[in-house]
Amino acid sequence: MDSALLVHRLHFAFTVTFHYLFPQLTMGLAPLIVWFKTMALRHSDDTYNQAARFWARIFGINFVLGVVTGIPMEFQFGTNWSHFSRFAGGVIGQTLAMEGMFAFFLESAFLGLFLYGEKKLSPRGHCWSAVAVFLGSWISGFFIIATDAWMQHPVGYTRLPDGSFQLASFWQLVLNRWAWWQYAHNMSGAVITGAFVMASIGAFYLLSKQHVEHGRIYVRTGVVAGVIFSLLQLFPTGDRQGKLIADHQPVTLAAMEALFESQPGAPLVLIGQPDMENHKIDNPIVVPKALSFLTYRRWEANVAGLDSFPPGVWPSNVPLLYYCYHIMVGLGTIFIAIMVVSAFLLWSRRLFDARWMLWILLLSLPFPYIANTAGWITAEMGRQPWLAYNLLKTADGYSKTVSAGNGWFTLLGFMGMYTVLGLLFIFLVRREIEHGPAEEVLAPHA
Amino acid sequence: METLWFIIVAVMLTAYVVLDGFDLGAGIIYLIAAKTDGERRAVLRAIGPVWDGNEVWLLAAGGTLYFAFPQLYASSFSGFYLPLMMVLWLLMLRAIGIEFRVHIANPVWRNFFDAIFFLASALLAIFFGAALGNVIRGVPLGPDGYFFEPLWTNWRIGPNPGILDWYTVLAGLVALAALTVHGALYVAVKTEGPLSARTRGIAVVVWPMLSVLTIASLAASSIVRPAVMNNYRRHPVGVLVPIVVFGSLGAMIWAASKSKEKIAFLASGVYLTGMLVGAAFALYPIVLPARIDAYSLSIYNTAAGHHGLVVGLVWWTVGLALTLAYFFFIYRMFRGKVRIEGEGY
Repeated sequence: MDSALLVHRLHFAFTVTFHYLFPQLTMGLAPLIVWFKTMALRHSDDTYNQAARFWARIFGINFVLGVVTGIPMEFQFGTNWSHFSRFAGGVIGQTLAMEGMFAFFLESAFLGLFLYGEKKLSPRGHCWSAVAVFLGSWISGFFIIATDAWMQHPVGYTRLPDGSFQLASFWQLVLNRWAWWQYAHNMSGAVITGAFVMASIGAFYLLSKQHVEHGRIYVRTGVVAGVIFSLLQLFPTGDRQGKLIADHQPVTLAAMEALFESQPGAPLVLIGQPDMENHKIDNPIVVPKALSFLTYRRWEANVAGLDSFPPGVWPSNVPLLYYCYHIMVGLGTIFIAIMVVSAFLLWSRRLFDARWMLWILLLSLPFPYIANTAGWITAEMGRQPWLAYNLLKTADGYSKTVSAGNGWFTLLGFMGMYTVLGLLFIFLVRREIEHGPAEEVLAPHA
Repeated sequence: METLWFIIVAVMLTAYVVLDGFDLGAGIIYLIAAKTDGERRAVLRAIGPVWDGNEVWLLAAGGTLYFAFPQLYASSFSGFYLPLMMVLWLLMLRAIGIEFRVHIANPVWRNFFDAIFFLASALLAIFFGAALGNVIRGVPLGPDGYFFEPLWTNWRIGPNPGILDWYTVLAGLVALAALTVHGALYVAVKTEGPLSARTRGIAVVVWPMLSVLTIASLAASSIVRPAVMNNYRRHPVGVLVPIVVFGSLGAMIWAASKSKEKIAFLASGVYLTGMLVGAAFALYPIVLPARIDAYSLSIYNTAAGHHGLVVGLVWWTVGLALTLAYFFFIYRMFRGKVRIEGEGY
């Protein structure tokens, strides 16, 4: 691979992967904080207000990190991917600019109000500011997904003689079917992160016998949200997303499943290592005919394998795509198991004493982050070698005037900067969790 | 339609400079003006609820630029690759300085975060000024509409200039002085007692430098790029720009010395607006001049398709109305003076 192309891809991949660690939690926590504020209003119960304040502090730290790591994402469209921006800006400039106008202002303005303005606002007004932050973060998510969805499944454009793409239909762009299913799948994934983090910290408080009342609220809220959204993640959102890939990116489906040969009654590979030299799976554990059924709802349906497509259009790294996809699906299945069992224990009033289950919830915290990251790598690696599917190759999209040397310089700079940010983040969040939801003010504090 | 979007992007960038300018300026004067920990927290509280909202104007302006003039966005962002990346790092460091200082009680670390906040704010002001200097001077665009500028070459204005040369450094210093005054006056408005008096004093001391630099930069611009005078010759209404710039400079020092901080702060906002409008007026319809005139990028060869621009006008207007409503509401909520001690920060 051309070394400038490689460094520009790594540049975007590294910064976006790090960035998305933060928005997935803020988008996931936002509805749960609104829930706490609603409960506090309805029952005039100050415990829920305390809970909302505690989670708003965690939210606030994540929000700042999300903003400062998000600004480079917008810039990189121009700095590192200028050819792509020149050709596609007439279409995706719409969604990216709308994110600025409709989401960023809303979110940042009302987060300030929510964090600093509780004493100046009525309880109802404070609750509404939480709703505004929730809306802002979810609208922001939509416009980013709509942008990515256009790259996955371009609609609503015309191509001019100079090669550039221009908007032809605004409604086709924002009502792109791909965008709405991907959005549903992604937001459900974000709520899963929020739910697991909340349940995990609640479990920590219960196991360590501090802030017990709060620990129960967090575990209960986390488990209820977790069971609903880990099921929604599989069906219908994940299922529909898979169907769209089967219809519009069949070669991607074949690579994700490492299906080398087209066949009726195709098996589903659960575990195994793709052998790219001999076009087979090593050490396979498979469910016969399951892939045909999941894709087409018929056990004998023919599924196109990689051999149906010229190698030039195969995703450029089949094993990585295969592994990320399997990690995402495998973890998603485990999440359903954990949350269904927890919900059953909660329903039968045994969860708060079931130390083994609380331990599982406590330790499960990192895994939704891994699953969401693996899911995004699946989406983006699966689109290769295209930048905009079937329209523009990744190799034709990067900034030809920015040399590999300059790219490495800033990539290493970002790595250093993000290491510092990551350490500060861990330090601050750990401090909030140690301190807990108690009201006595932390040493001078925002 | 292209002209309308040129005006919109210029207005958004001006809004960014006037709004984020005062919190950048607060960072520049921060170490000199605020002596005790209580005073430093007062400065941070004065900008605390609004600084990240102000920064959103940069993002929104960038997004709008991308949407309306994709070719310009692609060309300028890749050409200004290195300084833009450094601006990103500085914005990050500054956010770290502001947001994390409050979480750490140890005075050693507080001094560290204070220094970061100051340095990042000052360097950002210089970078933004130098960036505007580059746009006025022109960049080495090729026939394909792309260029790449190293950080510096020989500090002269030749066919292959760097980001920094004597002219763009001068522009950076103008920005530094202007935002210092702007930020000092903002803090003077938002605080009381010795802190307010001291910041007003800083504005009065820096003002003569700002006046000299302003005149020098205007003279230098007409030498570096004589074409900047064309629009002024063609449209006599342009004479309003120098009137506004020098009028607001005068109003600034008059009000500051009479302790009318609010009027002085408004005057400095008008001054910044005047300078930026003057630059936009001089450039139009060019958006990125090339060192070789034929390769210059104008609003006509960089704009997105007509349909997209029309559609954008609809949602942009709605978005702006909503945004102004939030800002009005938030500034009303947080109006009034910040006390030295108290809740938050």
